[in-house]
Amino acid sequence: MGLDFSVVPSYADALLLGVLWTVAITVTSAILSFFGGILFAVIALYGPWLIRLPFRFFAWLFMGTPLLLQLFLIYFGLVELGIDLPAFVAGVIGLGLHFAVYNSELIQTAILAVDKGQMEAARTLGLSRTQALMRVVIPQAVRDVIPPIGNNMIALLKDSALVSVIGVSELTLSAQLAIGRTYRPFEFYAAAAVLYYIINLGMEAVLRRIERRTQLSR
Amino acid sequence: MTEKHPFVDIRHAQKAYGDLEVLKDINLTVERGEIVAIIGPSGSGKSTLLRAINDLDPLSSGEVILDGTQVNKTLPHRQYEKHINQMRQHIGMVFQHFNLFPHLTVRENVTMAPKLLKGISAAEADKLAEEQLAHVGLLERIDYYPSQLSGGQKQRVAIARALAMKPKLMLFDEATSALDPELVEEVNLVMKKLAEEHMTMIIVTHEMDFAASVCDRVIFMDGGVVVEEGPPSVVFKNPTQDRTKEFLRKHLSQYAESAN
Ligand SMILES: Nc1ncnc2c1ncn2[C@@H]1O[C@H](COP(=O)(O)OP(=O)(O)OP(=O)(O)O)[C@@H](O)[C@H]1O
Ligand SMILES: [Mg+2]
Repeated sequence: MGLDFSVVPSYADALLLGVLWTVAITVTSAILSFFGGILFAVIALYGPWLIRLPFRFFAWLFMGTPLLLQLFLIYFGLVELGIDLPAFVAGVIGLGLHFAVYNSELIQTAILAVDKGQMEAARTLGLSRTQALMRVVIPQAVRDVIPPIGNNMIALLKDSALVSVIGVSELTLSAQLAIGRTYRPFEFYAAAAVLYYIINLGMEAVLRRIERRTQLSR
Repeated sequence: MTEKHPFVDIRHAQKAYGDLEVLKDINLTVERGEIVAIIGPSGSGKSTLLRAINDLDPLSSGEVILDGTQVNKTLPHRQYEKHINQMRQHIGMVFQHFNLFPHLTVRENVTMAPKLLKGISAAEADKLAEEQLAHVGLLERIDYYPSQLSGGQKQRVAIARALAMKPKLMLFDEATSALDPELVEEVNLVMKKLAEEHMTMIIVTHEMDFAASVCDRVIFMDGGVVVEEGPPSVVFKNPTQDRTKEFLRKHLSQYAESAN
């Protein structure tokens, strides 16, 4: 029995809905991971030790354990503590925090690499240290890490498939549901792969645009 | 207070990095509107002294007083931060490497601090930027990014940025040392213009001809002390100290140009 892609179009609506969920969860988690990454970087570098130490532990936890386990912990585990999150929210928190930790590592390095003269010039004008960080140092650090953060966001897109296991009907789960009905795993997984690839191309285009926009400001 | 005090008063300034004494009991006063050049060999402590004036490099001991207010007051940390940020608004500083904010346009470079610290409106900020950039002859570059400017233009924007805070005192740390020779003059011209407007300025420089033609007084530093000071005509033409003579001999070519 050969491949038969003619079954795919009748599931187009379901797959496109899956694409929408994948894009929604990726974009939401990406935004969370971006701002969370900046916040975590500031805490890691400048926070009082009482916050910094537990934070380091938390960062180590997120980097040193499987994302899948983290999603289970947030979605199933927290229920025991009376925190019953919708699957989408649990997925966004898991993906967002996980990648926020990775982004934070990049941003910390970039903050430390900003020329010391920048902080000095800002302080000389009368800005406080916090103002200088917010207005001068961090914006430049963030600008400098746009390409590697972009790579993290592509990884985030691919890892968003993991939230299918907690029941978010994103693209991977949509493909699996279609396979359950048709017993056509190759056709639907291949279709999903193509769709992921298209989303990926879209993301890369957006990232290139952002990079081009920041070209003059360096 | 009826007693007349110097506009800038540096008293018993001492600074050590570990065992290395960089400033050894420096006493220096500058009058309002006076233009003072600090010259001296590399490592003599010129930058350290300049950067002590706005407390960028805090002194180990001694006082810096600007217009009757001590800049490096002893205060609890939080209060001190407030105080020093306030004081620095009155002290403009221009660096050798410009230190423009590359992520901001020329306009934003000039207006960021006044907007943030003086709460001026967007319209006032635009007017201020236009004024200050016209002053340094760069109005037509107002919406450029620093990366689109030459070194000389960058330094002129850096001067406009400092002036936008309406400082009482301007500090220049080798403002033209990082520039290609052909770009030095445009920056010097802006500084001369400021001198004509009676801005109080302390200028660390390696350019003896500029010091001779623009400054009211020249301070020669060596090894963390003020070796000799006086009007350029005296310090450059009839130095009394051997160390000054030796230093000037090495910089004679530049000096000779300004003398004739
Ligand atoms: N952060 C620091 N730590 C240790 N030593 C320092 C530090 N900053 C400056 N120094 C030393 O202090 C001395 C004076 O330095 P300073 O930069 O004030 O000299 P300068 O007169 O400005 O020299 P130049 O003409 O080369 O700019 C030098 O010996 C320098 O090595
Ligand atoms: Mg120096």
